[in-house]
Amino acid sequence: MTLALSGTADRCRGFEQHTRSVIRLKALGDARSSAGADFTVVRTSDDLKRVIQDSHEAIFAIDDGTGCFLSSEGLPRRAITVPAQFSYLAPGDVIGIHTPSRKFRTLYRHNSRHNSFLVTERCNNYCLMCSQPPKDIDDRWILDEIRQSLPLLDKETRTLTFTGGEPLSDSVEFIGLLADCRDQLPKTAVQVLTNGRAFAKSEIVDAWRKVNHPSLIAAIPVYAAVDHVHDYVVQAKGAFDETILGILKLKDRGQRVEVRVVLHAQTAPIILDTCRWIARNLSFVDHVALMGLENTGFAIANEAQLWIDPIDYRAALADAVDVLVAAEVNVSVYNLQRCVLAQSVWPYAVQSISDWKNAFISECEPCTEKSRCAGFFSSGRPRRSKAISPIL
Amino acid sequence: MARFLAAEAFSSPSEELALLPFNFERTGTEQFLVSNMVGDFIRLTEDEINKLIDLKVTPGDGLYERAYAAHLITGSRQKSQQQLLALRLRSRMSFLREVTPLHMFVVTLRCEHSCPYCQVSRQSTDRSRFDMSEATAQRGLDIAFESKSSRIKIEFQGGEPLLNFGLIKMIVSAAQAKSAVLSKKVDFVVATNLALLDDTILAFCKANEILLSTSLDGPADLHNKNRPRPGGNSYELAVSGIRRAREALGPDRVGALMTTTEASLGRVDEIIDEYLKLGLDGIFLRPLSPFGFAIKTKQYHRYTAESWLDFYRRGLRRVLDINHQGTPFREFYSSLVLTRMLTDRPIGYVDLRSPAGIGIGALVYNYDGGVFASDEGRMLAETGDNAFRLGHVDEDNYRSLVLSDKLVDAISMSLTQCAPECSTCVFESHCGANPVHHHATQGDALGIKPLSDFCARQKGIMRHLLRIMDESPRDAAILRRWAGS
Repeated sequence: MTLALSGTADRCRGFEQHTRSVIRLKALGDARSSAGADFTVVRTSDDLKRVIQDSHEAIFAIDDGTGCFLSSEGLPRRAITVPAQFSYLAPGDVIGIHTPSRKFRTLYRHNSRHNSFLVTERCNNYCLMCSQPPKDIDDRWILDEIRQSLPLLDKETRTLTFTGGEPLSDSVEFIGLLADCRDQLPKTAVQVLTNGRAFAKSEIVDAWRKVNHPSLIAAIPVYAAVDHVHDYVVQAKGAFDETILGILKLKDRGQRVEVRVVLHAQTAPIILDTCRWIARNLSFVDHVALMGLENTGFAIANEAQLWIDPIDYRAALADAVDVLVAAEVNVSVYNLQRCVLAQSVWPYAVQSISDWKNAFISECEPCTEKSRCAGFFSSGRPRRSKAISPIL
Repeated sequence: MARFLAAEAFSSPSEELALLPFNFERTGTEQFLVSNMVGDFIRLTEDEINKLIDLKVTPGDGLYERAYAAHLITGSRQKSQQQLLALRLRSRMSFLREVTPLHMFVVTLRCEHSCPYCQVSRQSTDRSRFDMSEATAQRGLDIAFESKSSRIKIEFQGGEPLLNFGLIKMIVSAAQAKSAVLSKKVDFVVATNLALLDDTILAFCKANEILLSTSLDGPADLHNKNRPRPGGNSYELAVSGIRRAREALGPDRVGALMTTTEASLGRVDEIIDEYLKLGLDGIFLRPLSPFGFAIKTKQYHRYTAESWLDFYRRGLRRVLDINHQGTPFREFYSSLVLTRMLTDRPIGYVDLRSPAGIGIGALVYNYDGGVFASDEGRMLAETGDNAFRLGHVDEDNYRSLVLSDKLVDAISMSLTQCAPECSTCVFESHCGANPVHHHATQGDALGIKPLSDFCARQKGIMRHLLRIMDESPRDAAILRRWAGS
């Protein structure tokens, strides 16, 4: 199942003063918040009647399949109504809406462990396998939207991810956002998916460090031990040098860093060399994630250069994990199914795929490892190893 | 969608490449061993090394990739290759941050043993002349606590230090008092033959978390031959001492060291089995040092570096086989060398560091108040050579000792980073300066390295470890486990 995380509202009214708004859903009967951003979730005509009886607060009506909210009759002044496919939305969730077009995006789901904010679609890399193809557009409004969202999130949120594009495209504004996280969500661990090139500039690393966030990690991809291989994968000459410098500068200032290697036909055949090099040169990073490819975005366009059956790098991956473990580097394997991994890798293989795009296939039903397996991406154009078979 | 560029678009032309510093040695007719600035090794053929030196390497030819990943080349406008080397070098050298963490107190030169290889020239009589006084000990402690290390180790040496147990008690209690006031952590170790160990001493060690370090040369006949004492029972006392100490203090609170004599050379398996039998977790295969009685009685010259290496190689084989049979057991010197070769952990071990550890790694307070730059330095003094005597506890303080011309000269002239033969040696990153050894054997702190048995042993050990790592994956897996932890 893939959840639709964006769509168009059937109706959106009462927002005359703003073109973009961030709202939070609340349960029927919950004490009304003073924020003005809270919208009561309404799923049936009965719900609607109760809201109207109680007060005239704002509502977020989700169609139950009967089309009962299609008429504006009886709706309060501030109301949003959305189609039935958004029935997963629930109290505590946060939504950003562009009121003139009624387009909205789910920004935060209260009951998910995988909440991430897209910070921008701009990026100075142009990775062959990018799952979120960059666009050169002025989308700085997104930063404002996130800034408005943060106070609405549950203070108990365990983790939050910022992704892109390159989140540090507007480094001053983005680092300001990290300070907001520190102040408003002090218990929430924050992960930033960045290409790390911005950290080659000392002033950016210094600003990052000065936030003094209690639990912040920069997750930075390194695709090879050799400059031109990495630069080709990210389609940017000089990127390797800046990325490695960035990692060194972050660690020099005591900041936490995760190194990520996405496995595809350019990186998987050399994964042992790459990991030997990481073990020897970057053993001080906090975590290394070796990640199966999500076949979406550019990965589909570049399938000829990128597709490799994970079973064909199974042995090399096992050796690579061994090398990192021996060097006492904290390592995890993401996005790969247990049936394509050597058993020695299982302890490091984690269920990494975000809940909204995670799936299993019918072959998995009898598998004894299913409850511990990462499963598959349901997004994009899933391509599976020929070796997929239940472990019995 | 913008177009993607082909792989070739990201290659640097060779005029944009630059060499990084590396050392190499020929290992065969066509083969070279190459090490980068921080001692990562790769093997290249003669053709490859020539191409590399001429920068005739191209992305995609395989050699470029190996050389780049090994930090032998860099793009001339790139910074990360050099920064990585700088950072790793900084980590490797960071043992220098802990200045003089070790302080040895020679509480007496008397000993009830009469070992012909004794490196300190023990004395058998005259308590008043060869015991350290309380006043001297107190001054020594003042100096020890002046060193900048956040944590210091006090090691009691002799002679047999337990012959002056009263002074040990006094020093421990005075050091603990200072430790509390100056918030500098202090650890203690007694280097003893254990012959005089009794329940009072064990209880004292237990109460004060004192480690014991002893000598065990091998099976009874060998040990007793190497280490004579009245009653001829050195072995029996050492073994029962180790057992009692392990029981009373814990298995990791007593360590044993062996010294290789001519009589040991053919018996390495038996020696190792002796350690195994006692439940010890490893052995330190240690050659004789050229000091004290070892020179006077001509023990030191009885075997060559090559015959010791042969002994070491057979010993290491035995140790690896013990591991294959399921018992984790280490050769500790190999462990140290492997940690240097396979990790960037700072290793301040005296034979494996440059700048040398004399003075800035350790100070020795002799029974008579003389202060020496190392244990070997005071051994030399017992045979009349005061080259490493830095001063006296009554006349000097920590600063005057450590900044003395004698010490600064010996350290600076022996740096492997710039010494002839060392500076271009493929093993330089993992070796040490050892100025006291070279002074003792060649009359010169720098020494002529091709004539140095220390150099021959170091190279022999490292070549052997590399050969095993290359040739036997099974052995290599064990050796890798010894590195670092």
